[in-house]
Amino acid sequence: MIMKGLQCVSASKTPAVVVLSESMEPGFKRGDVLLLHMSKDPIRAGEVVVFDDGRPIPIVHRVIELHERRNNKTLDLLTKGDNNSLDDRALYTPGQLWLHEHHIMGRAIGFVPYVGWITIIMTEKAFAKYLIIGGLCLLVLFSQK
Amino acid sequence: MHSFGYRANAVVTFAVTILAVMCSIASLSDNFNASSPTAEIKVLNINWFQKQPNGNDEVSLTMNISADLQSMFTWNTKQVFVFVAAEYETPQNALNQVSLWDGILPSKENAKFWIHTTNKYRFVDQGSNLRGKDFNLTLHWHVMPKTGKMFADKIVMTGYRLPDSYR
Repeated sequence: MIMKGLQCVSASKTPAVVVLSESMEPGFKRGDVLLLHMSKDPIRAGEVVVFDDGRPIPIVHRVIELHERRNNKTLDLLTKGDNNSLDDRALYTPGQLWLHEHHIMGRAIGFVPYVGWITIIMTEKAFAKYLIIGGLCLLVLFSQK
Repeated sequence: MHSFGYRANAVVTFAVTILAVMCSIASLSDNFNASSPTAEIKVLNINWFQKQPNGNDEVSLTMNISADLQSMFTWNTKQVFVFVAAEYETPQNALNQVSLWDGILPSKENAKFWIHTTNKYRFVDQGSNLRGKDFNLTLHWHVMPKTGKMFADKIVMTGYRLPDSYR
């Protein structure tokens, strides 16, 4: 319910993402949760966007270069993580030089620190997942009165 | 109604709700910050200006960037990300924004700064439109809070022009 509400408010299928890498430090650290929004305003340089270029996990980086075509208003975008020395061209599909609007899933508008560690622990350390789910099952079983 | 499970659940839910409210209030307080940023950029030298083999123009320039962003910092500010972008238009593109330099201001003391630098990122056009081109230099900042909403804004400085011929 909360997820659906967040999806409505943020106008995006993914209203929040957990930061998984250190490529945007010290601004965003691993375990922070980014709140996303996708408004109709055109994307501009400097915005932190979440994009999905066919990779298993979406990437959150900043737009450092932008070219907007005069005739059809399409955008060519180049992104880079604040903490990386190189731009993201090496991450895009080979041969692709620019991102386009359809690659962008949302722009980051706010953030909450540390809350995402639960997701990271659950996905990266399988035993923690079993521990937590096992613990929840036990709780359910033993709370019958 | 008095088992450990129920009590733990109630306490945790209450704690998380209070934390969420505190984060929102912290973020809201940033809206009351009256800020007065200033910036100035001088282009000291066009180091070189060439057309690459692929047909795109490229410029290297040295700038003097000075700014005072101390008024952007509040108690809820973790850092301010600042960057300088060249903005111009071409027959093919209504808008081009190319980031030339960026930096991170981790605290209020660092927010009043002066730097003499060549462009950190390559200034490359899509095409060969830069000769004699008038362009703006904009100083953008992105206030990243300890928690909550991020703010971004910019100062636009006009009146810059690239040379009429390659050098």
